[in-house]
Formats: sequence, C-alpha cells, structure tokens
Amino acid sequence: MAMPFFTPGDDPGANFPELLRRIGLGVSAVDIGDHVVPHATTCVAMRFADGVVMAGDRRATSGNLISHRGMEKVVQADRFSGVAIAGAAGPAMEMIKLFQLQLEHYEKVEGGALSLEGKANQLSMMVRGNLPAAMQGMVVVPIFAGYDLRRQSGRLFTYDVTGGRYEEQDYVATGSGSLHAGTVIKIGYRESMSADDAVSLACKGLWEAADADSATGGPDALRGIYPIVATITAEGWQRLNDDRLATVFEEIASEVRAR
Amino acid sequence: MTMPYYVAPEQVMKDRADYARKGIARGRAMVAVRYADGVALVAENPSNTLRKISEIYDRIAFAGVGKYNEFDQLRVAGVRAADLKGYQYSRDDVDARGLANQYAQILGQVFTHEMKPMEVEILVAEVGYGSDDYQLFHILYDGTVMDERRYSVLGGDAEAIAGRLNESYTDELVQADAVKVATAALGGTERTLGADDLEVAVLARSNGRRCFRRLTDAEVAQILGA
Repeated sequence: MAMPFFTPGDDPGANFPELLRRIGLGVSAVDIGDHVVPHATTCVAMRFADGVVMAGDRRATSGNLISHRGMEKVVQADRFSGVAIAGAAGPAMEMIKLFQLQLEHYEKVEGGALSLEGKANQLSMMVRGNLPAAMQGMVVVPIFAGYDLRRQSGRLFTYDVTGGRYEEQDYVATGSGSLHAGTVIKIGYRESMSADDAVSLACKGLWEAADADSATGGPDALRGIYPIVATITAEGWQRLNDDRLATVFEEIASEVRAR
Repeated sequence: MTMPYYVAPEQVMKDRADYARKGIARGRAMVAVRYADGVALVAENPSNTLRKISEIYDRIAFAGVGKYNEFDQLRVAGVRAADLKGYQYSRDDVDARGLANQYAQILGQVFTHEMKPMEVEILVAEVGYGSDDYQLFHILYDGTVMDERRYSVLGGDAEAIAGRLNESYTDELVQADAVKVATAALGGTERTLGADDLEVAVLARSNGRRCFRRLTDAEVAQILGA
C-alpha cells in the first residue's frame, strides 16, 4: 500500500473515515435477509460528583441463544471518554474500533485532542452513517460519556438510530434491559453521589435488568465474568477490577437475600 | 529556434543535493538518543506549537528538520499510513521499517523527478519490547536510508554534534541522562540550552500502549537543572 498523499485543496484532514473512503476501504450496508446476528444488550451510564460511571453486562445473544458470554461493550474511547454500545454486535464493535481510531488519529494529525463535544458529534456522524445498515436490522445505539476538561465535569450523551444526539443530565440506559436498569437507577439516583455509591447503583441496575431480561447477563461467579464497570474523572478512565466487582455484587446479593 | 542547454545529469543531481543541503543546514538540529527504557528525542526548537517531533503510532515517533511545511506533510502521511495499516491488519503489524521505506520512496521520487528536492531530513524511531530492541531510521533528502544505532543526529552541524555525542554516550543512560547528554551535544561548548530552547519527547516502554510522551518545559528544566 502506497503512503497516502493528497494535494492541499483535496486533503481529508484529520478525518479517518473519510480517508478510508478515499483509498477505497469504506464499507457499505448489505441486505442480510433473515440471518440472525449476535446482539449486545444492556448498558448504563450516570454522572456522579467527580465524573461519570459506565457499566454494561457481558452477554451477546442470537435470538434465544447466548452467542458470547464475555463481550466487552463498554470500552475506553480515549483517555477521558468511553463508549457503550447496544445493538448488532458486529457493526457495533466495528463502530467502536473506528471511533477509537478516529479520536487518536485526530489527536496525532492535529497535535491536540478533540473537545468532548467534538467527540460526541463525531460519534453522532458515525451512527448516522450506519443508518442504511440499521434499516436492515443492524441497529447500533451507543452511549457516550466522558470528562469534559473545559467544563470540569462529567457529561453523558445518548443517540438514536438516525444519529440524533441528546445530552442527559443524570443517567442514561440503553439496550433490551434498559427499562429495568433505568428504573432502578432513576429511583436510586441522587445528585453528586460518591464514586462508590454510583458504582453500586449502576451494578444494581444491571442486576435487576439481568433478573428480568433474558438477553442481559448477570454476574457469572462460576466463570469469573463480571459486568464491565468504569469511572471517568479528571484523572481519566479507570476500569474496576473483578475483585472489587465481586464484592459489590456480593453486597447486592445479600441485600436481595434479606428481602 | 532556441536550443535547450545541455546539462550533465551529474551536474543536475549535484545542484539539487547542494540546494537541499543548504536548506537543511540553515535550520537547527535535533538528536535522538537510545537509553535503557526507550529513545529520547531532543530538538532545538524555540516554538512551543510548531513541532519537529511527534507521535506516529503506538511505538513509533517521527522527527524532522529543515523546511517545516515539507516535513509536516511527511509526518501526516506517516500517521495516515500507520493508522490505515493498523486498521486493515493489526496494530502489531505497523513497524518503523515499512514506514521508513515508504518515506524513502517518496523522498527519492521527489528528488529525481520534481522541480526541487525536499529540504528535509527525517527520523523514524521505534522501540520494541526488550531494552536493546529499538530502531532509528535516518532518511535524507534524496531517499537515502540509514539504520543507526545508539544515537542519531539530524540537521545543520550534524558532524560536530555527533562527535560530541560519541564522547558522552554510554549504554547505561537513563531517561534524564539521555536528555542531558543530547542537550549538551546540541549546545556544544559555546552555548547552554535551556528548557525554552528545546522540544523534548520520549518513546518509553513504560508508558503503556502509546509509548510517545512529550516532556513539559518544567520537566525539562528540572532534568537540566539537576
């Protein structure tokens, strides 16, 4: 592959997806008919005093079957942001990969990172770009969360299939278990919670979603698979380790037992 | 009818090389020095925003001296080539050798076919996983590639700087020593360079996936003061 060179008026700038199209590596939607593809499910995110917390279960399903038990649908986008995805797993993972690449590509080409708002808009364009695939049933709906260094606070964004971008103030949930997870968080949410309380509430939301929605996976102590939970603050992205999560879920389990 | 003058090809190449060399010699130099945990890149550059040293990929850095717009164009092309390759294959498949070859092709092509050669010298540095696993590819204006060990010097007055580095370089340098040694070599006996005159970055294995990190003026001042 030759090194990509462009004339000044014709330069794609820091736009990586555009660069892909220019050299003929862009992808377009195809009709997959009645094929069942793996779907990823429940993710939540909420603000707390120092930033945001994101959490997502690990299950991917194809119809009634569990197709993957360890899927990672909450991922770090860059140092100060993360993205969580529900929907068709294939296009969703591709979108995350491209989004991560785009943020890093921009940072390297321009010599500085995008603002949080810029990152949110970039993701909006990618979701809109997926619209033809969404019409074939490959819907991808992400949550974007991050710490805004300019405003010194955590921010949340949710999207619809057409790329519509909505900023949320308190919390957001997406995927098949979002109704249950969202309700739990809605009831338990308080302004300016501590990080520990926020993590615990997010986990409770996922627990209840897993309890009522077959497509959402609960904590799997047998295999040692726990949901992915991460906080993003002024110090950056921090994923919680499984030992910590085991303790959090054990607390929830004992609360449930005592009901 | 006017007849075009005949100019011997040897003369054409010599004129072009002289032109490029003169352009490069006008600019300030930069050096890259290998140390225990990676490679330190130190450039004499009073600007805080127009960079000579930058990140290309996880373990690869780029440095250029000479005409800014020309090496910056090469830098962006390198970032694009690396990101495309990493996207198409895997992050592990992006290496400095491939990039250096592509750069050499472009510089060689421009040198022989364009009106004027690029007045640049560039460096593609890479750190591997072991302490002696690193690459320094020094590429000249005409596409000549040199695979260098221990240190690399680019730009005007390179011979004198390399001479000084040869005396002060040892295999046991740590990061701070590498920056000090590089700064002393750039400044020579006549001048003492401070943090304001320098642009410093490192490719350090201990930095995680993205090895490249710029040192702030405060960090550089602390290293040079100690």
